[in-house]
Amino acid sequence: MNSLLDSLRGIGARVIDSIWRMGVATRFFLMTLLQSGQSFRRFHLVIREIYSAGVLSLIIILVSGLFVGMVLGLQGYETLQTYGSEEALGVLVSLSLVRELGPVVAALLFASRAGSAITAEIGLMKATEQLAAMEMMAVDPVARVVAPRFWGAVISMPILAALFSAMGILGGYLVGVVLIGVDEGAFWSQMQAAVDFREDILNGVLKSVVFGVAVTAIALFEGYDAPPTAEGVSRATTRTVVTSSLAILGLDFILTAFMFRGV
Amino acid sequence: MQRATLDLWVGIFVVAGIAAILFLALRVGNMGSFDSASTYTVKAEFDNIGGLKARAPIKSAGVVVGRVAEIGFDSAMYEATVTMKLDTRYKFPKDSSASIMTSGLLGEQYVALEAGGEEKMLSEGDTLKITQGAVVLENLIGQFLYNKSEEAPKAAEPK
Repeated sequence: MNSLLDSLRGIGARVIDSIWRMGVATRFFLMTLLQSGQSFRRFHLVIREIYSAGVLSLIIILVSGLFVGMVLGLQGYETLQTYGSEEALGVLVSLSLVRELGPVVAALLFASRAGSAITAEIGLMKATEQLAAMEMMAVDPVARVVAPRFWGAVISMPILAALFSAMGILGGYLVGVVLIGVDEGAFWSQMQAAVDFREDILNGVLKSVVFGVAVTAIALFEGYDAPPTAEGVSRATTRTVVTSSLAILGLDFILTAFMFRGV
Repeated sequence: MQRATLDLWVGIFVVAGIAAILFLALRVGNMGSFDSASTYTVKAEFDNIGGLKARAPIKSAGVVVGRVAEIGFDSAMYEATVTMKLDTRYKFPKDSSASIMTSGLLGEQYVALEAGGEEKMLSEGDTLKITQGAVVLENLIGQFLYNKSEEAPKAAEPK
C-alpha cells in the first residue's frame, strides 16, 4: 500500500515539476519579449548576435543546402525517369526544398550549430556568475544578454532557410541540367508554373520564422535555467539540441497540416 | 572583432538573404508572370472537367491568358462550374468557346479558349456558352473497342 502511494506521489511530483518548468519557461519567454526595447535602441547588440548566430552558420547551411539539392536531383531523376517525366525534376526539387526541407533542415542545423552555442554561452555566464554580477550593477541580464540573442537568432533563421532553399535548387540544377542533361527550359518553366509565391515561398518563410522563435526560446531558457556546474551546462546543451529538434519536427507537422491541406 | 568588420559581415549576410528570397520569388516562383490585380472573371460550365485543378493555366493559341480561380459543382445542372480569371489585356468575343485539353500525353490539364466571331467582347461575370469537357481516356478506349468489334465481322464476311 505504501509503495503504491509512493509511486503515485512520484508520478504526481514529476507532472507538477514539468508543468512548473513549462510555466517558468513561458514567463521567461514573455520577459524576453517585454525587455526587448533595449536591443532595438542599441541595435549593435543584435548585430553582434546576428553575426555569431547567422553569419557563422553560413558555411554549414550553404554546403548542406547544396548537397541536399544535389541528392534530390539524383534521386528524383532516377524515380521520374521510370515514368518518362524527367522534366518534372525542377518541380520536385523546388517544391520539396521550399515547402519542407529548406525550413526544416536549416532549422535542425541551426539548432545544433547556433542553439547549442547560445545555451553553452549563457550557461557558462551563469556558472561564472557573470549574470549575477550584472544584476549587482543594476543591469538586467534579460535585457542585456538574453533579448539581443533572441532577436539576432530570430532574424537570422529565415535568411538562412532562404539561402538553404536557393542553394538546394542550384544543386538540383547542377546535377539535373548540367550533369545529367535534363532540358534546361523545361526544368525552369515547369518549376515556375508549379511554385506559387504566396502558397509555397511565403509559407516556407513563415515556417522558418516559427522554427527560429522555437529554437531560440528553447536554447535561451535551457541556458538560463542550467545548473551552474560543468555537468549542468553540458546537460543543458544536449537538452537544447534534443528538445528543439523535436519541437521543429512537431511544429512542422502542425504548420504543414494548416498550410498545405487541400491545395 | 572590430565593429566595422562585424557590420560588414552582417550586411553581406542580410543582402545575401534578400537575394535568395528574390531568387526564389522571381526565378523559382511565378510572381513576375501574372498580376492578379488586372483580371476579369468569366465562368464556364463543363460536363466533365477531368483532372483540371485551380490555378491551371488558360491558354489561347498556346499563350497563357489567365488562370482557373475556382472549381465548383452546379447541383441543379449536375455540371462543373469553372471560374476563370482572364488578364484584362486580352479581350475575347462573347461567343468564344472553352475546352479542356491536356498538355502532352500525361501533362497537366488546361483550359483552351477559342475566339468566336461576335463583335461584343466578354466582360466581368459573363458565362461562356460553348464548352467542351475533358476527354476521358477510358471512354475513348471503350468507344474505339466498340467500333472495332462492329468492323470486325464485316472484314471477315467478303467471301
